[in-house]
Amino acid sequence: MRIHLLVVALLLLVSSAARAEVFERTLSNGLNVIVKEDHRAPVLVQQVWYHVGSMDENTGATGVAHVLEHMMFKGTVEVPAGQFSKIIAAAGGRENAFTSYDHTAYFQQLHKSELKLAMRLESDRMHNLQMAKREFDKEIKVVMEERRWRTDDDPHALMYEKLLATAYKEHPYHHPVIGWMVDLQNMTDADAQKWYRTWYAPNDATLVIAGDVKADEVFAMAERYYGRIPAVKLPERKAVGEAPQLGIQRIVVKAPAELPYLIMAYHAPTLRDSEKDWKPYALEVLAGVLDGNSSARLNKALVREQQVAMDVGVGYDSVARGPGLFVLEATPSEGKTVGDVERALREQLALLVRDGVNAQELERVKAQVTAGEVYKRDSVFYQAMQIGQLETAGLSYKDIPVMLRKLQAVTAQQVQDVAREMFNDDHLTVATLDPQPLSDKPRHVGGAAHVH
Amino acid sequence: MFTRFLSFAILLCAANAALATPQIQHWEAPSGARVYFVEDHSLPMLDVAVDFPAGSGYDVAGKVGVANLTYGMLDLGAQGLSEDEVASKLADIGAQMSGQFDDDRAGLRLRTLSNPAERDVALDILGRCLQWPLFPEPVLAREKARLIAALKEEETQPESIANKAFDKAVFGVHPYGWHVEVADVEKIQRAELDSFYRAHYGANTAVVALMGDVTRAQAEAIAQRLTASLPAGGADPRVPAVMIRIKPSEQRIPHPASQSHILTGAPGVARNDEDYFPLYVGNYILGGGGFVSRLMNEVREKRGLAYSVYSYFIPMQQPGLFEIGLQTKKDQADESLRLVRKVLREFVDKGVTEKELRAAKQNIIGGFPLRIDSNRKILDYLSVIGFYELPLTYLDDFTRNVDKVTPRQIHDAFKRRIDPDALATVIVGAPEDKAGAAK
Repeated sequence: MRIHLLVVALLLLVSSAARAEVFERTLSNGLNVIVKEDHRAPVLVQQVWYHVGSMDENTGATGVAHVLEHMMFKGTVEVPAGQFSKIIAAAGGRENAFTSYDHTAYFQQLHKSELKLAMRLESDRMHNLQMAKREFDKEIKVVMEERRWRTDDDPHALMYEKLLATAYKEHPYHHPVIGWMVDLQNMTDADAQKWYRTWYAPNDATLVIAGDVKADEVFAMAERYYGRIPAVKLPERKAVGEAPQLGIQRIVVKAPAELPYLIMAYHAPTLRDSEKDWKPYALEVLAGVLDGNSSARLNKALVREQQVAMDVGVGYDSVARGPGLFVLEATPSEGKTVGDVERALREQLALLVRDGVNAQELERVKAQVTAGEVYKRDSVFYQAMQIGQLETAGLSYKDIPVMLRKLQAVTAQQVQDVAREMFNDDHLTVATLDPQPLSDKPRHVGGAAHVH
Repeated sequence: MFTRFLSFAILLCAANAALATPQIQHWEAPSGARVYFVEDHSLPMLDVAVDFPAGSGYDVAGKVGVANLTYGMLDLGAQGLSEDEVASKLADIGAQMSGQFDDDRAGLRLRTLSNPAERDVALDILGRCLQWPLFPEPVLAREKARLIAALKEEETQPESIANKAFDKAVFGVHPYGWHVEVADVEKIQRAELDSFYRAHYGANTAVVALMGDVTRAQAEAIAQRLTASLPAGGADPRVPAVMIRIKPSEQRIPHPASQSHILTGAPGVARNDEDYFPLYVGNYILGGGGFVSRLMNEVREKRGLAYSVYSYFIPMQQPGLFEIGLQTKKDQADESLRLVRKVLREFVDKGVTEKELRAAKQNIIGGFPLRIDSNRKILDYLSVIGFYELPLTYLDDFTRNVDKVTPRQIHDAFKRRIDPDALATVIVGAPEDKAGAAK
């Protein structure tokens, strides 16, 4: 999971469920069904969110949650390998799936008349998946290519992977979602099969349907297609945590690149109780004050005025099953070092801790949140996403209005207090990219290498 | 987030008949700007886009990068507003400004609440950025330095290296093939931005798209207010002609990455071309249709050679790219490239089956409602319809145009357009033992 920039994080946090039509019902087998009616366009989205992600994996088998996500398209008795995508395509649909630390989700976007089809296919693979070895053997190669492309050959992604493996010592966020390459190499179809049998069950899932639908009809149809799938006894989930970090940690990553890069990550809390917690809201606002628009503190000071960085960004996501990070990242300007950038960033953090934020900055962030609330309604898909993310993070769509209210109530004092507490070197991990030259730098390609 | 496959959000104008399409209102503002408007009061918000024929295709030799920097500087200081004020005043009312820049188009986008208090401030800021940009000298110096650093970084990353070499191989000396170099940026002067702006940001070539919660009368006033004080313009709005036929080429560029990045293709099709629909529907079958395309099936599903493999046409004012791309670990690069070439050759030689075409139409036509299910998507269509002067009935006609396509038309269009023996190919991170070898 990449760092979310603030606008995204804020949009993610807030929502208008208070006025929107959201309905919920739990089937007798434990499947939680949530319907968000939105009649602006004759379309719908079905998303099935399994409450299992890479953080539920064991050492030596990292990446299996994501591999299974790929295998979910490899066929059932009724719908052989490759047919799922073909059938959805023939109905004019779009479909995909994604895996994160906290969840695994599958979705289809279709005309409103096609809900039955979507439910028939999705419910079928909830319990009838066939795990053919020959399909697994091909797909695991695909996943290794995905890892090479997304992580191994991308210096910033690689650095972020190593940063997380340093910041999290005990919590499974230590491991990348896509898995370590050696684990992928050692993985078998039996591992994927076991994962599927253990976790894929109606009582471990939330079904979200959003769009031009009627809740009663959706519930009836869900009962018909998903209701007959038996519940499974899920393994006990042990509480996992992260003991306090006892001092600053620094890592260096070498990779082919031109520019160095700096990431500073502070341990930070995430939302547990939407009504009682206050720090995650203060942190969202803090992120907005630092990086909510291009004249916010960091860009204004580091990029525009001091010109010590060519880019700067902040990432914080308050919605997660596990402990969070408040992340600052920056690329030094030419002639500047990561040390210069780190000093400049620390200076800004110190200013904030010392003097706090002003009323205007605070109002600005809140105005963006309020407007984002309206803009969000332009996307049915996004509204469903938000519900699924909350539900799989141990929260609920019902928290949405609470979160919005709490966010609007954040005070300048709270922002300063949370900054003072969090920007502590003992809880900090710093990663720097040490750029390596390409062995044969193609400065002037196209000339000599051009062969007809 | 790890997704099952990569989908490309290439803007392909598409649409359906069974569904009520948005009612597009069109007029010319007193300023001369062409205006496209869809009135919709379901959400209290307004989206606006103002575009000009001022993309990188309008750069001239020796001054590459001027178009890009001109566009990039529009919101970094305007009459009465410093760059910080532009950003902070928009943020104060929760408005969002972004942009559009490609080989043809340059322009700004605004999303704001439609409540007059917010809307008026947001439109005032947009209007100033469009009509009175200042291109402040110190900001330009900083932006040049940032661009130079970004270019140097791009020169080390395989995907960027591949794209750059590929564009050059496909378009040769045409501006579509130019990529700005460090040396180009260094010599750019403020006066060049100013004169580019005055020549290319005229009202008579401006396209204003409005979508959302305003009335026709308000939309008329807004369009005029955003364009009345634009410069005289006068530059030729046509991009130079692209040479359709290219000589085959293959470049193998070393890189320490674990994968090879492979691109192969040629100039494709223009936005207004008669072959557009046969090529678009045909390409869905070849490599555009996500999991159900031939390329995906052969390269990934059958052999596990790549995570992502695709083909697309980018329809531009002049024929834009036809591109096939994939990434695979180095020792599979040659095998993958051979396979891709085989799939393409067979496709061009034999065309598509009735069954494939039926499936493609089912998806494109059946999926039409998804293409216009949000204000943002409709705004994008308005911009494209306006900019390329497509018929106002484009959305209404779209599904019919797709439905009319025959296997023969696809075969014929591909045969005339895509010569498998005359493609440009670039492999970055080529297998090392064969680096530099001829094909």
